Amino acid sequence: MTAPAPTGTKFTELSARERAAALLDPGTFRELIGPFERLESPHLEPQGVVPASDDGVVVARGQLDGEEAVVLAVEGLFQGGGIGEVSGAKIAGTLELALRDAERGRTVRPVLLLESGGIRLQEANLGLLAVAEIHAAIVALRSHLPVVGVVAGMVGCFGGVAIAGGLCSYVIMTREGRLGLNGPQVIEQEAGVAELDSEDRRLVWETIGGEQRVATGMVDALVEDEVGAIAGAVRTAFDAGPPVVHRSSQVERYEARLAGMDTLDQLDGPALRALWRDDGGGR
Amino acid sequence: MSRGRTWFEALAGATFDGEPASVLCADESVRGERARFLSVVPDPEARFPRARSGELGLEEGWALARRVREVVAADDDRGDRRALIAIVDVPGQPYGYREELLGLHLALAAAVDAYATARIAGHPVVALVVGQAISGAFLAHGMQANRILALDDSGVAVQVMSKRSTARVTRRSVEELDEIAREVPATAYDVTSFARLGALHRLIEGVNAEEPDAEDVEMVRDALAEAISSAGHDGSTDLSGRLASPEARQGRDASLRVRERLAEEWSR
Repeated sequence: MTAPAPTGTKFTELSARERAAALLDPGTFRELIGPFERLESPHLEPQGVVPASDDGVVVARGQLDGEEAVVLAVEGLFQGGGIGEVSGAKIAGTLELALRDAERGRTVRPVLLLESGGIRLQEANLGLLAVAEIHAAIVALRSHLPVVGVVAGMVGCFGGVAIAGGLCSYVIMTREGRLGLNGPQVIEQEAGVAELDSEDRRLVWETIGGEQRVATGMVDALVEDEVGAIAGAVRTAFDAGPPVVHRSSQVERYEARLAGMDTLDQLDGPALRALWRDDGGGR
Repeated sequence: MSRGRTWFEALAGATFDGEPASVLCADESVRGERARFLSVVPDPEARFPRARSGELGLEEGWALARRVREVVAADDDRGDRRALIAIVDVPGQPYGYREELLGLHLALAAAVDAYATARIAGHPVVALVVGQAISGAFLAHGMQANRILALDDSGVAVQVMSKRSTARVTRRSVEELDEIAREVPATAYDVTSFARLGALHRLIEGVNAEEPDAEDVEMVRDALAEAISSAGHDGSTDLSGRLASPEARQGRDASLRVRERLAEEWSR
């Protein structure tokens, strides 16, 4: 149903379904709760929003290097990748099944393609509950095998979904990708343009962009926005096995990093790179 | 005084002078059960200026993670693992440039990780919502609990974004948001609407949330003791109980249907 995109294709030009297919071994893509099952969000239409037949998340079983895998791909073009009840349950429920399998000694490699503004405001607390369940499942699952996140762009990864990114064993980013809790526009709106000018692209990417995040050790790999490069980086991450200490568990390291920080002067991205580059605390 | 501090001092019977001053931590028993109490409170002197009003920011996220992990490590060779009690009164996360640069998402992930790790290791983790429970702050401090208790009080609010911010982001008036909330309970702020989604272990009625008297504190202590004991006895260390509640069968019907469908299609 979905023909894999050839090597050389820009990953960010693909839909969520095409991204999932492009990552999996050729011919192994099998979608769960596909669009023809029409399991839509029941909450959008009453609020004047046209629902999507997959609610903006694609669940694809398949293989990576011949090993069982599942790709959870968020469609950034639908409601900014916002997580609602159905899309959130697709992610959480899938991770819970992968956990059940892992506990029985069967590994299914989980890959999360995180393009999301966070929780979908129209579904609010239903999204909040789903995101908490996603977090719980990632923490449980990653003690068995790596959970790999990809933040390729163009939407970026924010809110509760960014916290999920922080919980992943490994995160792969492109230069176009952005990863942060609050999006630049929300910060400008809530704290003023003096705090952050969301129109200043250079500033935004020097703060939360892929290159900056890799340079400061907050994510693991910077790759080209290209199908083959991302597919290769995902496989490399699984080959590495789980990290000795997950990044979100490195409390001493990050408390030490923050303790040495001037919190009043306006520190910028390049200055932070110099400070955090080789602090000897990496894995 | 913030509700987070009021209830911390009432239940843990302690003042606190550790670092950072915004993350209160004390070990105190609840009806004979060992417990660690944690609460995030305003600190006008906080190092990060955007997290001085009780927001859960960089220092708070990592400090919660440290305080929770201390307990997991200390009880590692004991048969009984002490309870963790998260007193929740958090207006949200700070909106700041510096916060994003220094990885606020990771600081919140650290707290989520620590609470989830404690729960999986067998510590009863109980959240007690006494005030605001907003957004990323609630995800980091409360939502990984295997029992959530809340005071039935008009000052208790559970939502993904403050009402003021939601109005601005969605370009709607507060009145319009209230109108929508009547139709879609998941978008409401009041705790009764949240209870309809089935994630609460118990809604505690008849307690003065702002200025509790001795009787109110005893009632909450009883509820905490019951929650600790029930978490310890049911043997599950995940969050599946939230979907098994009678309220969830109604309020989260789609969440259940998706899981059923996934399970059918998972292996073929």
